[in-house]
Amino acid sequence: MTTRIFVPRDAAARAVGADRVAEALQAEVDRRQLDVTLVRTGSRGLFWLEPMIEVETSAGRVAYGPVKASDVPGLVEAGLSQGVAHPLRVGRPEEIPFLQRQTRVTFARCGVVDPLSLHDYRAHGGYRGLARARDLGPAGTIEEVTASGLRGRGGAGFPAGIKWKTAADAAADRKYVVCNADEGDSGTYADRMLMEGDPFSVIEGMTIAGYAVGAAKGYIYIRSEYPDAIRTMERAVAVARAAGCLNGFDLEIRVGAGAYVCGEETALLESIEGRRGQVRPKPPLPAHKGLFGCPTVINNLVTLSTVPAILADGAKAYAVLGMGRSRGTMPIQIAGNVRHGGLFEAPFGLTLGEIVDEIGGGTRNGRPIRAVQVGGPLGAYFPRALFDTPFDYEAYAARDGLIGHGGVVVFDDSVDMARQARFALEFCGIESCGKCTPCRIGSVRGVETIDRIIDGDRRDANLALIEDLCQTLKFGSLCALGGFTPYPVMSAIRHFPEDFGRPRHAVA
Amino acid sequence: MATWSEAEAREIVRRHSGREGPLLPILHDVQAAFGWVPPEAVRVVADALNLTRAEVHGVVSFYHDFRAGPAGRHVLKLCRAEACQSMGSEAMAQMILDRFGVAWGDTTADGAVTVEPIYCLGLCSCAPAAMLDGEPIGRLDRAVIDDIAREVGR
Repeated sequence: MTTRIFVPRDAAARAVGADRVAEALQAEVDRRQLDVTLVRTGSRGLFWLEPMIEVETSAGRVAYGPVKASDVPGLVEAGLSQGVAHPLRVGRPEEIPFLQRQTRVTFARCGVVDPLSLHDYRAHGGYRGLARARDLGPAGTIEEVTASGLRGRGGAGFPAGIKWKTAADAAADRKYVVCNADEGDSGTYADRMLMEGDPFSVIEGMTIAGYAVGAAKGYIYIRSEYPDAIRTMERAVAVARAAGCLNGFDLEIRVGAGAYVCGEETALLESIEGRRGQVRPKPPLPAHKGLFGCPTVINNLVTLSTVPAILADGAKAYAVLGMGRSRGTMPIQIAGNVRHGGLFEAPFGLTLGEIVDEIGGGTRNGRPIRAVQVGGPLGAYFPRALFDTPFDYEAYAARDGLIGHGGVVVFDDSVDMARQARFALEFCGIESCGKCTPCRIGSVRGVETIDRIIDGDRRDANLALIEDLCQTLKFGSLCALGGFTPYPVMSAIRHFPEDFGRPRHAVA
Repeated sequence: MATWSEAEAREIVRRHSGREGPLLPILHDVQAAFGWVPPEAVRVVADALNLTRAEVHGVVSFYHDFRAGPAGRHVLKLCRAEACQSMGSEAMAQMILDRFGVAWGDTTADGAVTVEPIYCLGLCSCAPAAMLDGEPIGRLDRAVIDDIAREVGR
């Protein structure tokens, strides 16, 4: 019987040598004329173990990692295809504590299936959601999404069902579904992993959205920094189209051009239309007047990819998970200076301490954790004193932070928080679309002011000025870029005041 | 990379003529063909899409991806965002810039490599991260930098 060996093709796995491992494996298989087929998959998201390869045995899959190309001949010699003992053997993937503790709904197939095999997709529950949506009808489908409590996973947390209903109720002969895959937040890669590891879930989710709101065309806007995801997504759309899975719904992929602000929904729509990615004032809401002036459902990729599972298993099964008004699961992306970095999908409610200490295992270099930035470059820096904060939209908001798209970036005790605050303002300046004054000018003035504080120039007066500037940014900006930049800046000042206004640290 | 050809630019525009909002796909293809977006291309595209040159220039200059001049034979993008910062990316980047004798955005004098900043490649659990000619690179360290230097012939 042919043995299947799974090697990830996920960009992060490739970044640490998965292709070289796959080549070495193929060469060894050919040399020994073994009855082995290599299958390239997405990643399970256990990045400290990447490249992690899996062998299909009679007792289920057995994983080995992190594997280097130079390990391959020895592994094969030892009996890799039988799943034998070896120092790199980590056992059944499902029993690795990092995976065992998870509740994989959105990521159930990621790292398991061949991303471009519709057969695999269906065999693992794919297209059950669309079938159920058709049974429920458009209105019933929207009710189901609303009942699940699913909120926007891009960061805003707006209830998806309400967005869909608004677009469905808008009278128009043309409507659109847009998938926001402009995943620019540092520390996040959930969209990328899904596009590379389970692209049909994106396609099915968008098809369901199109059916529910009456849209015949969908766009997937992918950032240009993700060439692997673009390739896989393009191929998956072609496969789905050829197999007749789109069923009258047309899908097109658009590639961004390096502008962070295009992750903001109205800037993204401008970009698809072929303009500078400048933010539009709201109202009108995209659901009323979005792409090309037509009613448009624009959702984050994780939101759309979660819809098939919600429809397939029912709203209730999803809604029972989570806490408070944050229902279901969140793919938390543990990144930065952390021992066990990776994708951890879990019901809302884990505390930050559980995430970074227990699951993440502390820093990679063993130094104490000093700060954790949650929610990307616009998210707050939390000190250990706030590690009891549960992962929940409202709990983070109550502590002047946000969960954003679920990125968690760990910093050790060598971090200089004044530099991090400065970077937040600098980044805002680099990426500002220029439409509104607080963001365009405030970011630049903010960097200048922080520089004075760092130089010890009138510390208290300049800190007061920064606070005032942050108020203007927060309440006077058109979108979240200017509006949320105060989170990293003010959290750094509030929780780490000792880093502001002293002689500059030597850079490690 | 091809040298400027108006015929090729017109062919690119024609290829996208049936699309809604074709400007970004056109500009991506122009840059893929010529390595940058030459001013002549702005004129051709504006003319074909019935836009002003100012409008097209406004779009080209808005997006970080579109180059106002040719790049080196290789393009190395180094991530400068927070997750990579937490793993010492800035020191690593300085080492690379010094080694190649360039500043951010510059091309080495021999035209071998252009080094550009990038803000997140989605490889944040394998930081510090980089991308060489579209290929992802993770866990950047001295040995990996040596590999990169060899690859670009420096």
